[in-house]
Amino acid sequence: MAEFRTCPDTGFKIDLAADKLIKWNAVTAVVFLLVGGLFGLMVALTRWPAVHLLPADLFYLALTAHGLDVLIVWIVFFEVALIYFCACVLLNARMVLPKVAWLGYILMLGGAAITNVAVLSGESSVMFTSYPPMMAAQEFYLGIILFAVGALLACLVFFATIITAKKERTYEGSLPLVVFGAMTATIIAVFTILSGAVILVPTWLWSLDLLANIDTLMYRVIWWGFGHSSQQINVVAQISIWYAIAAILFGAKPLSEKVSRGAFLLYILFLQLASAHHLLVDPGISSEWKIFNTSYALYLAVLASMIHGLTVPGAIEAAQRKKGFNKGLFEWLRKAPWGNPVFSGMFLSLILFGFLGGITGVMMGTEQLNIIIHNTLYVPGHFHGTVVVGTTLAFMAMSYWLVPTLWQKELVFPGLAKWQPYLFGLGMGLVSTFMMGAGTLGVPRRHWDMTFADATLGYDFPAAANLMMGLNGVAAVIGSIGAAIFILNMVGTILWGKAKVPAPAAAAEAPAAPSVTGAATSYGSAGTMEVPGTFVLALIFLTAFILYYFVNWKYLSGVWGLS
Amino acid sequence: MSDESRGDGSIPLMQQLLDSPILLLIIGVASPAIFYTLWGVMEIISIPLAP
Repeated sequence: MAEFRTCPDTGFKIDLAADKLIKWNAVTAVVFLLVGGLFGLMVALTRWPAVHLLPADLFYLALTAHGLDVLIVWIVFFEVALIYFCACVLLNARMVLPKVAWLGYILMLGGAAITNVAVLSGESSVMFTSYPPMMAAQEFYLGIILFAVGALLACLVFFATIITAKKERTYEGSLPLVVFGAMTATIIAVFTILSGAVILVPTWLWSLDLLANIDTLMYRVIWWGFGHSSQQINVVAQISIWYAIAAILFGAKPLSEKVSRGAFLLYILFLQLASAHHLLVDPGISSEWKIFNTSYALYLAVLASMIHGLTVPGAIEAAQRKKGFNKGLFEWLRKAPWGNPVFSGMFLSLILFGFLGGITGVMMGTEQLNIIIHNTLYVPGHFHGTVVVGTTLAFMAMSYWLVPTLWQKELVFPGLAKWQPYLFGLGMGLVSTFMMGAGTLGVPRRHWDMTFADATLGYDFPAAANLMMGLNGVAAVIGSIGAAIFILNMVGTILWGKAKVPAPAAAAEAPAAPSVTGAATSYGSAGTMEVPGTFVLALIFLTAFILYYFVNWKYLSGVWGLS
Repeated sequence: MSDESRGDGSIPLMQQLLDSPILLLIIGVASPAIFYTLWGVMEIISIPLAP
């Protein structure tokens, strides 16, 4: 029989088994963010020509560990915490199969540890993609497989819990939108993990000498079904967080539930097909396959992202205007709680993801334009605009609400927390921008030394490329300070934070409680489309989108002189 | 409570789809498995081997 506690802040009934699992997954995520972030800083300092910190072998080791620990381990542990939170807490439901959830956690932790040891031993510097014929130690693949099996068990627990919650009528009608978003992320996770299993199990057997050969093109096609779809889980999880924070802080409901759900359905159908943009210059695959998967299908997923990008600020504007912030186009935004890291982190994530990660993703997904920047530093520039300033910043924002609420402790450094999203967002936003700038000038990704000092045939990049790489290093240091403040705040709050003092008089009329329970846990729309400020923001975004797209076609036209 | 039910209490087809996690899971796995994975794999295995 499940045991529950009642959260004094929100009134949520929380299953104690779920409570523990959410906390353990979230804490483990933050530990791996620290490890992966440190490796990332080393990578950035090595690519800074004036510093050039690591020798070549350690650079590739650090790059491999950075990719695995932040792109997979930090993100997936946090996402597991998030889907358990959505399934159990937002639905007021008991966790089904908690023992399976713990088995999943142990497999994920063990797998992550095994892969990290394999990388740190120096025998597996094959980078995140681990393309054959480069072969890592067999433990490298085994660890990822165990991690993936653990994550699949977490998906199973999520589905079992939401189906049981429906049967036990812990909620009425349709799933709340935030939980529906979490379910969309989990569906994408299932495809992602299955793709990983299909290709990494034979690759593991190959590393054990039980298989003679892995076809490199076959590996790339199936591996990207795992490697890129795993980042699509992030996109959906971060958007669910945007909706959740809008509901928690403002009591905001989506402008239209139907449209937002329709947008999530577009993700379920099409988002994972975007994996193909990694293969746009690969031989052996037809243009029909490339263009269908990256253009026709991807654009439907992009449409979904633009719907969410419009409806989340629109929902906030509608809620703010109901409270009387009606002056001009933007009083609702000016009077938003910019000193609250939950809001500032979420809103920066929305803006930076759209302008840096979103627009550039569409550009990269266009077969003709992709050739300008393929395999240059532009590519990591793009995904630092999605996974770092989009997903990671959204996860940080959510943590500022989740950790004090679940642990019932005050933030240990509230003053630093106010500044942290700006510091991290600015630093990593600039990292993304400078990487894309350097990539546009031709600087390759994954390269230890852009000066080619020990190469037989040298190459001189324009001076601007060196400047960009230097600025990238400075920005990475700023972003790392932001990340360090976040980690310090989270770990400090959990270990040494002051217990929250219950305020019974205030609790009866606390605005947060009805907002959270009302907006994040029920079905319904804002009931208005009068959001002029949001439409102006959307027009600014679309103008930037069109200009950037046009500039890249213009740039492409100059690559080969035609007369 | 969902506001999608009609006056006669019946639930539209699209709403039934959106309310069915298992159906969504099936189409969410099948769509990329067909259009991305299977189609891609078929193209690779149809490449003729070098003599």
